Amino acid sequence: MTKYKSPDYFNLDSLHSEEELLIRSSIRDFVEDKVLPIIEKNYQDGTFPQELIPQMAELGVFGVTLPEKYGCANLNNIAYGLVMQELERGDSGLRSFASVQSALVMYPIFEFGSEDQKDYWLPKLARGEKIGCFGLTEPDYGSNPGGMVTKAEKVDGGYILNGAKMWITNGTIADVAVVWAKLNGKVKGFLVEKGFEGFEAPEMKGKHSLRASVTSELIFQDVFVPEANVLTKSSGLKSPLMCLNQARFGISWGVVGAMMACYDSALNYSKSRIQFSKPIAGYQLIQAKLAHMITEITKAQLLNFQLAKLKDSGLIRFPQISMAKLNNCEKALEIARISREIHGANGILNEYPVMRHSSNLESVKTYEGTQEMHTLIIGEDITGISAIDS
Amino acid sequence: MKIAVCVSHVPDTATKVNVGSDGKSIDPNGVTYVLNPYDEFAIEEALKTKEAVEGEVVILSVGGENNKETIRKSLAMGADAAVLLKSEGELDSFQVARALADEIKNQNAQLVFFGKQSVDYDNQIVGQLTAGILDYNCISVAVDFKLDGDKIIAEREIEGGREVVETTLPAVVTAQKGLNQPRYASLKGIMAAKRKTIEEKDAQIGESMVSIIGMQKPAPKQPGKIVGEDASAAPELARLLREEAKII
Repeated sequence: MTKYKSPDYFNLDSLHSEEELLIRSSIRDFVEDKVLPIIEKNYQDGTFPQELIPQMAELGVFGVTLPEKYGCANLNNIAYGLVMQELERGDSGLRSFASVQSALVMYPIFEFGSEDQKDYWLPKLARGEKIGCFGLTEPDYGSNPGGMVTKAEKVDGGYILNGAKMWITNGTIADVAVVWAKLNGKVKGFLVEKGFEGFEAPEMKGKHSLRASVTSELIFQDVFVPEANVLTKSSGLKSPLMCLNQARFGISWGVVGAMMACYDSALNYSKSRIQFSKPIAGYQLIQAKLAHMITEITKAQLLNFQLAKLKDSGLIRFPQISMAKLNNCEKALEIARISREIHGANGILNEYPVMRHSSNLESVKTYEGTQEMHTLIIGEDITGISAIDS
Repeated sequence: MKIAVCVSHVPDTATKVNVGSDGKSIDPNGVTYVLNPYDEFAIEEALKTKEAVEGEVVILSVGGENNKETIRKSLAMGADAAVLLKSEGELDSFQVARALADEIKNQNAQLVFFGKQSVDYDNQIVGQLTAGILDYNCISVAVDFKLDGDKIIAEREIEGGREVVETTLPAVVTAQKGLNQPRYASLKGIMAAKRKTIEEKDAQIGESMVSIIGMQKPAPKQPGKIVGEDASAAPELARLLREEAKII
């Protein structure tokens, strides 16, 4: 019955509402009871714990900020962030699942979809009865999604899709894919459903990272998509980038959960591991590492808090999200690696969550915009000059 | 049917508590308070019962303003209404039971759930006292509960096994771990709880029968002793275990 208490060096809890703290505690209890006991095995086996989907839906973690009429909780962005943080303290794969379902599937349907699409898909996605995925990245177009070659052609009653997507979280298990393709040279969103003829989603194997998560390719060979499945209000590359900003916000919060797990494990380990005359936590070199970790966690928490306030106020600008994603992912990976060092050889074992988080964070640092791309987004924002070829 | 659940607001068992400056209470500084863990089983059973027989679940709690945090969590799990019976300072078990019994009567709740004990003072008696005051039947330390009309069949945890007991409403049932798997407060439940009002009234408390005159932390553990490092130390170890520790 011992409850985990997360680091709160600057007393940020005092800035949270009672509901926000209750939400955090509820998701935390779920992660402690249902995720932590099983996740190492899923990770070793390379499987996503699908049995947790109904429970996550019951808790309400899909589409956290969307309106109640679609079965969502209509919460603010602090609550959304806290949910992501707690899920990622469990595993980045779990948070990725929720991020994709919420920010990359429910959000575009809500933002760019028709009333019929919203009424049909959103409640099912919120209840976890349907799973979604998001297809933007292609084998040859990662940081440069605008170069995509996946194409849609107008035909009678709908469109014909051709092309391929890669690195798609949830792809193989998804009932619906939000696919971005060029229609007359302009990016447009399509809802491609499982079972559409010519559509396949094979799982990618051989990952050393995000092993408790499904990553897939999406292949479209003359796939007919009916008119009713177009996201009519989507327009150009801006639309998928709006989705990515939602997801990057979730990542900024999520990785703090991974930081907390790694810090907590390092702190406990260093206090009980005795070398020479005392616990290693008593030596200066270890203290320097721990002090660095808690400082970076505190900074990331403060960054996230204000980022959520900006998002709630509607005044947020996307380079601010880039800064948080960039900083927090980099620091999370750094903390995971330092934590592994503190654990010594034990750090590579699955008895501790550290190596798993460290490996996961390699992906998290890269997906949804690499560090380099976020650096250039900030660079362009402060200089007014784009460093990217157009 | 109206079902009442009596909940208490207790220090988290992971918190290190200190004795306050008056020497007879817990220093609340730096202490995290939570819904008493056994009460979570009580709430879950009340909610399950409500879902099966239709009814209303009302949360009752005796204490100060801070108890509202625990009440909110109870409402977020799905309880319908709540009453905070306001009181200041420490109460003994009988005073708490009297205040609760008074409100249970007022609510006309025929079925009342408690956690088997609060993890702060561990008296393990408030449920039974309340049943006594109300003249309700009582089943304590329940690990299984079934309601059929006004008949209750429950299983109790006893030394070395379980016993099956039967009684009728009105009744008090105190919940043991294992009775059920408490649900998590869902995000929607948490937001719905925000809109539910917590009724507040002064607790009807009588004279105290027990008062705390002092509180102290356990004596610090004595450091260990290394008797020797090989088999030659065994006789000395055996002697110390027999004569000093007196455990063999």
